Amino acid sequence: MARLRKRDVVQAWAGSFDGILHKDIGGVNARLAAECNTHGRGFLAPFGSINPKLPDWREDVRRCANDYRMPGIRLHPNYHGYDLKDPVFAEVLQLAGASGQIVQLVVAMEDIRTQHPLMRVPPVDLGPLAQVVKDQPSTRVHLLNWWPALRGERIRPLADAGEVYFDLAMLEGIEGVARMTEQVPPERILFGSNFPLFYFEAALLKVQESGLPEVQKKLLFEENARRILPPKAV
Amino acid sequence: MLSRRTVLNSLVAGGASELLAGSQPADAAQPTVRRFRIWDAHSHLHSAPGDTPEARMEVLVRCADRLGIERIILSQGYSADLHPTREQLREENDRVLRAVRRFPDRAYGSVYLSPSFLDFSLQEFDRCVRDGPMVGVGELEADMRCNAPELDPIVERAIAMKAPILQHTWLKLDGNLPGESSPYDLVELARRHPDANFICAHTGGDWERGIRIIRTTKNICAGMAGFDPTAGVVEMAVRELGPERVVYGSDVGGRSFASQLAKVLGRIFPIPQRSWSWAAISEGCSHPLCERKDTGFDHRYERQHLTLAVSPARRGRDS
Repeated sequence: MARLRKRDVVQAWAGSFDGILHKDIGGVNARLAAECNTHGRGFLAPFGSINPKLPDWREDVRRCANDYRMPGIRLHPNYHGYDLKDPVFAEVLQLAGASGQIVQLVVAMEDIRTQHPLMRVPPVDLGPLAQVVKDQPSTRVHLLNWWPALRGERIRPLADAGEVYFDLAMLEGIEGVARMTEQVPPERILFGSNFPLFYFEAALLKVQESGLPEVQKKLLFEENARRILPPKAV
Repeated sequence: MLSRRTVLNSLVAGGASELLAGSQPADAAQPTVRRFRIWDAHSHLHSAPGDTPEARMEVLVRCADRLGIERIILSQGYSADLHPTREQLREENDRVLRAVRRFPDRAYGSVYLSPSFLDFSLQEFDRCVRDGPMVGVGELEADMRCNAPELDPIVERAIAMKAPILQHTWLKLDGNLPGESSPYDLVELARRHPDANFICAHTGGDWERGIRIIRTTKNICAGMAGFDPTAGVVEMAVRELGPERVVYGSDVGGRSFASQLAKVLGRIFPIPQRSWSWAAISEGCSHPLCERKDTGFDHRYERQHLTLAVSPARRGRDS
């Protein structure tokens, strides 16, 4: 947190890496809520992990929304063993949307070329996503680590399909953020760093490299995130 | 979310040097290190917008300016074709030459060669390096793994001109492409040529293994370009290799300057107080070339700074 504060971060949406592999995901989310409350109240906004392949997963969604007042949940379909055509994914979106929560969908955690040989996890296939979000128009979906799995002409249709937002933690290429704003409205791009897995400065410098106008920087850095937060969020 | 202060202060008013100054770990030994000179040892024209090499180079310079990057070393032109013809090699080198001529104070060129066309490649080396403005060899990633004996004459020519060699390497989980080099291959080549200076481009991608592979081969530097900015990479590289064997590069335009520079600027340790050249192409590997070449620069300055990929500005120097 000290490192983020040093960079003038005023709020960070935080998930737990434990949510990727732990099966006691209720415990993971309880610890995440406690940590954020104890060490970063008002600064760290917790996003609980949901694994809809675990028994009674709906209770985890309920706790995140009602008990912990989390502004959103985080999904790892590729680590939890389902694809986006699975009806359970649409149900997660429906439940989260009903409680006003943001759904963070993590497309990948690391470059598939350098994964551990016993832990090969391909990125999430986003092909079905557009149709699912069309069917859930009130749910805000925040895509994390979507580059390079999603590129070029496939980006805009997703933005047009519904309330889909894009982070820039893994986005690459010269002036990548500026080029991104030519593909989707800047109102759909959220600053995100993937810190502490990535160096925080990577995201910050990408915005700097892109030379965005002031109005777009404000959108990316703060206003977009503030706008989509549930009204009573942390 | 970031505050408006960051937007205004860190991003508008200054380049990466300003960000860097703010990122210095609290260390009483480093209070005077406030600015860095930044050189990018690994960049390309491909994937940059623009119809001409000059136009693409303008984009790169524009971005470099925003981040305080002083100079970039270009290679391969527009293409990263793994099986270039002679004509393609020459065309790509010509593109690099055009870009360098347009911005002679911001870029150096590095010649693209293929061991499949050895005689041609040696001629191209002479055209671009011995008789031209280029200062290095690479990024080499064409046709065959770099441990092949066909590389030897190219390396010997580079040694004669004290030109560093940027060699592409990867360690892909599903296996490299046919002819694609790994750090193991580069170690073989470097051990055959202890007088040559190599940069292990991408440090194999799987850098936790790549660093260990090159660790005992002292004439290989670890290139930080062209892989995810995973926290810890520079920390490990400096710990295992020493700061003089770690080189900043970006691999633009496939990557950004920014994400790769963050590996250096986001590190969690202070720069060793006595090591002003902590991320360097080995001292002496290329500066004699620049001294000979008409770069339009003050060569006394070049002699002191060409070796740096990223270096803290020396106290009292501010040019």
